Amino acid sequence: MSFRSPRILAALTVVTLTAGFALAFFVTPNDADQGFIQKIFYLHVPLAICALVGFIVAAIQAVLHLRSGNPKWDVRSYVSIHISIILGVAVLVTGAIWARASWGKWFVWEEPTLVSFLIVFLLYCTYYPLRYAIEDRERQARYASVFAITAGAFVPLNFIAVRMAESLVHPRVFATADGGLTPKMTLTFLVCLAGMALLWETLVRFELAAKSSRARLGRLRRALEGEETSMAASRIAPLPREAAGTG
Amino acid sequence: MRRSEAKPSRAAVEAPRLRRSEAKPSRAAVEAPRFNAFRAILAKDLRTELRTLESVPAMALFAATTFVLFRFGLDRTSLQGSLAAGVLLATVLFAAILAINRVFVAEREQGGFDAIRLAPIDGTALYAAKVCVLAIYLGALELIAVPVFAVLFLDGGSGLLPLAGVLVLANLGLATIGALVASIAVNSRARDLIGPLLLLPLLVPVMIASAEAAAPLLAAGGPSYDGFGKWIGVLALYDVVFLLVGYAVYDFLLED
Repeated sequence: MSFRSPRILAALTVVTLTAGFALAFFVTPNDADQGFIQKIFYLHVPLAICALVGFIVAAIQAVLHLRSGNPKWDVRSYVSIHISIILGVAVLVTGAIWARASWGKWFVWEEPTLVSFLIVFLLYCTYYPLRYAIEDRERQARYASVFAITAGAFVPLNFIAVRMAESLVHPRVFATADGGLTPKMTLTFLVCLAGMALLWETLVRFELAAKSSRARLGRLRRALEGEETSMAASRIAPLPREAAGTG
Repeated sequence: MRRSEAKPSRAAVEAPRLRRSEAKPSRAAVEAPRFNAFRAILAKDLRTELRTLESVPAMALFAATTFVLFRFGLDRTSLQGSLAAGVLLATVLFAAILAINRVFVAEREQGGFDAIRLAPIDGTALYAAKVCVLAIYLGALELIAVPVFAVLFLDGGSGLLPLAGVLVLANLGLATIGALVASIAVNSRARDLIGPLLLLPLLVPVMIASAEAAAPLLAAGGPSYDGFGKWIGVLALYDVVFLLVGYAVYDFLLED
């Protein structure tokens, strides 16, 4: 029960991430080839993995939503995409910094992972305008789930296509012919990855909590104003106020 | 290959007329109702298009005008290789967006979706019919646009036959994802905006694979088949995956 509390999860996240970055800066050696800038690897790669896994998780939650019809899964899918997009911005920024330091350019088209991530990111950015362009709450949830599933299937396909089209400039840190990661680096990377996964989960929990309390607040306000509240309709799903503002 | 695509359209248009004159109940009892619905919707759409000529001529005109724009935008009078493939496929892609919008907006405005929802028809029949309609429209468009493109920009037409194979697979990809996305977009408020917005990133892999497959076919020194099979495979994989996704989720777009 205690593990479900977002506060404990948040504390755990802080500890793990701090430990991961401490390991990255003080324990692991500088990369022989790239030097100090390679440390961004411990931030950039976990961020990217978490964002992409988050998109896949959203697709699975969307499948659950369509199968069960339970709006709870739709909200989870929505929040998963939301947090993954936020991480996605960080991925693109850290990727650009790394590209600038390693190759002298902010964006490198020859680099398949960066390009395919950009495409995936652009696709998921259309989730918001799509969602808020549909007024009917129940239909909005269904269509958003269909989108999440389609986009989830798109993620691996897109990576295959882009990777095949481009030459291999991206540092293949795990499986290069000469070397790869030392055990120390692997450990640091795994700690950072775990920390980032915890961060994702924490942010999702907080966002879910914020959404449900905002929904409850809206219900209470309507009850105070003496309006008829249809509990079933306003149970969950994004708030109408917010929807009107964004759409 | 392109020629064989245009043929079934006429056959399909005549099919319902034949059916009405025959003993209908016995046939309906034998055949799966889903296939009947599919055929009826497909025939309806093709007949509407043949009578009104609303989509394909507009797409062809759009494509021809876009070629002229590229001629001046790129300041080239002849194109080879990846530039030729890019110009051709980008034009087809944008023309496809026109058609995708048309097919679904017309259906909604005239109450077609409501009628289908009322009828005891599987949603996948509608999806399959729309995919076929779009693929046939695109095939018809390319029958006009590719020769125009060849006349305007290409030195020789030797790569056009294998190019037809690439285009058929690309059409199928455009149609599968287009039908799915347009059904989502058509029920939203800003449908003219949402459709292309969702479509363009989803079509990037189709663009990559078909452009990579087509570029060596249109190369300056005559067609070569460098990596042809690999890219055909990617296109086919894309088509299959999104056909399956569409088949799985389409029913949820019709429920109301």
